[in-house]
Amino acid sequence: MSCREVRLAPPALWGVVLSAMVVLLSACSSVPPVAVRGTGDLGVVIERADGKVKVIETTGRSVLATVDGLGDLSHASVVFSRDGRYAFVFGRDGGLTKVDLLARRIVGRKVQAGNAIGGSISHDGSLVVVQNYEPGGIKAFDANTLELVADVPATTDDGTRSKVVGLADLSGKRFIYSLFEAGEIRITDFSDPKNPLTRRFAGGKQPYDALVTPDGRYYIAGLFGEDGLALIDLWNLDKGSRKILSGYGRGEQPLPVFKMPHLRGWSIAGNRAYLPAIGRHEVLVVDTATWQEVDRIQVKSQPVFAMARPDGREIWVNFAFPDNGWVQVIDTVSGKVTDTLQPGRGILHMEFLSKGHEIWLSARDDNKVVIYDTASKQPIGGFESASPSGIFFTTRAARTGF
Amino acid sequence: MLFTDALPSDASMKIPPLLAHAVVFLGAALVSAYAAASGHVPVEPAPARARELVHIVRQDCGSCHGLTFKGGLGPALTAEALADKPAEGLVATIVGGRPGTPMPPFQSILSEAEAEWIVYWLMRGFPADAGLPQAPARN
Repeated sequence: MSCREVRLAPPALWGVVLSAMVVLLSACSSVPPVAVRGTGDLGVVIERADGKVKVIETTGRSVLATVDGLGDLSHASVVFSRDGRYAFVFGRDGGLTKVDLLARRIVGRKVQAGNAIGGSISHDGSLVVVQNYEPGGIKAFDANTLELVADVPATTDDGTRSKVVGLADLSGKRFIYSLFEAGEIRITDFSDPKNPLTRRFAGGKQPYDALVTPDGRYYIAGLFGEDGLALIDLWNLDKGSRKILSGYGRGEQPLPVFKMPHLRGWSIAGNRAYLPAIGRHEVLVVDTATWQEVDRIQVKSQPVFAMARPDGREIWVNFAFPDNGWVQVIDTVSGKVTDTLQPGRGILHMEFLSKGHEIWLSARDDNKVVIYDTASKQPIGGFESASPSGIFFTTRAARTGF
Repeated sequence: MLFTDALPSDASMKIPPLLAHAVVFLGAALVSAYAAASGHVPVEPAPARARELVHIVRQDCGSCHGLTFKGGLGPALTAEALADKPAEGLVATIVGGRPGTPMPPFQSILSEAEAEWIVYWLMRGFPADAGLPQAPARN
């Protein structure tokens, strides 16, 4: 008789009871469950006028969500956590916002300066560093909590502060950056975050942006105030900096620059660097072994981005206002412009998929993102987006200098 | 609305002569005050061009000066920031640029009269950007 009392309920009944328990328990949780998916094909599109970002996925070329409340995003940029789950968005108004791409919501936000321009993340992913215009300097934050870890003003000997441009990550919690007014390059080491150590180098007149080569060996700062660029060999810091491409303007009167070029490691294709000239409608081609100019390619207008397709076979170039409706493609084998495209009005930014078969372009004045097949040079997709500017894919998480 | 209480309700649609005079007088005073502050009231561009100029100033000037004009690589262009600057100097900066700085000359993009109109409104609170008109369909 007692045997019958402890007999287990029929499997069908257990199925019902267990399911009910799971549903009831999950309902108790305050955090909504996140769908199981990878992050390798995710990204964000900045909607600069509305303080919003779109979370996108590149496999189906679709918008997953629009996240609101990020402040002034004119000139925003983004870096990613090492796992590609979190986007750190740096806004013009000094806002640093951490967006969870899986939960599709803001998980942290700080207004850390009056006027900022971008940021970077340490190689171990523990520190997010912001470069500020006002007050000029850099600040390091804990990537988990966004707590301030260190504040390093860009102060020169006369006590004035400079705007910081061209920030990039180096090995060992070090960051390199340039001072616009002071014309200096600095490396700050946050190995001991309470005691950051800064080393100073000569730069040049009015550095406006800079890049670290994809291997992390060289830092190149573009100069607005003189014809040339500053180069530092990061494997031989004791040798200091030197100028490359000095006098590339050949003493001619520069043309008006209606938008400053942007430099990143995307300039490097094979053993050459493709750099936008300042005040000349040219892309300068430099041999990265000798750092001598080997070619210059005439393009339609003042180049802003000269981006190598990840395989290095092509350079896609967009232009400053008023020619920002055009994009040209340079074939790196022939050194010639092979395609002149009009993807939309106000092309502000371009981003390649990591293997280079697609490029996504933001057409600000058409309020859309357009997607081109890089082999056929034909549009293959896109979506509506309000005044889009930067497009950032999580594959940047794996790259030095992004 | 100051005089509403004094008006009989059935006369509320008529404008009393005293109020009309006051409005005309105040309006003239305001216009002449503006004119005195800036030299003269600038010529209003055609609506389509005005919309384009607002878009250029907000978006393309905004890439250095900020969409909200609070500054960036270039200085702030808010009404407060410009309050103590002479309008003529600002117009000259837009047209001719500022040598030695990243501020380029915009004389190939807009006329001096348009620059005067832009400065006039920057100093008084610049309009919001309505975007460019819809692009004609491409084939």
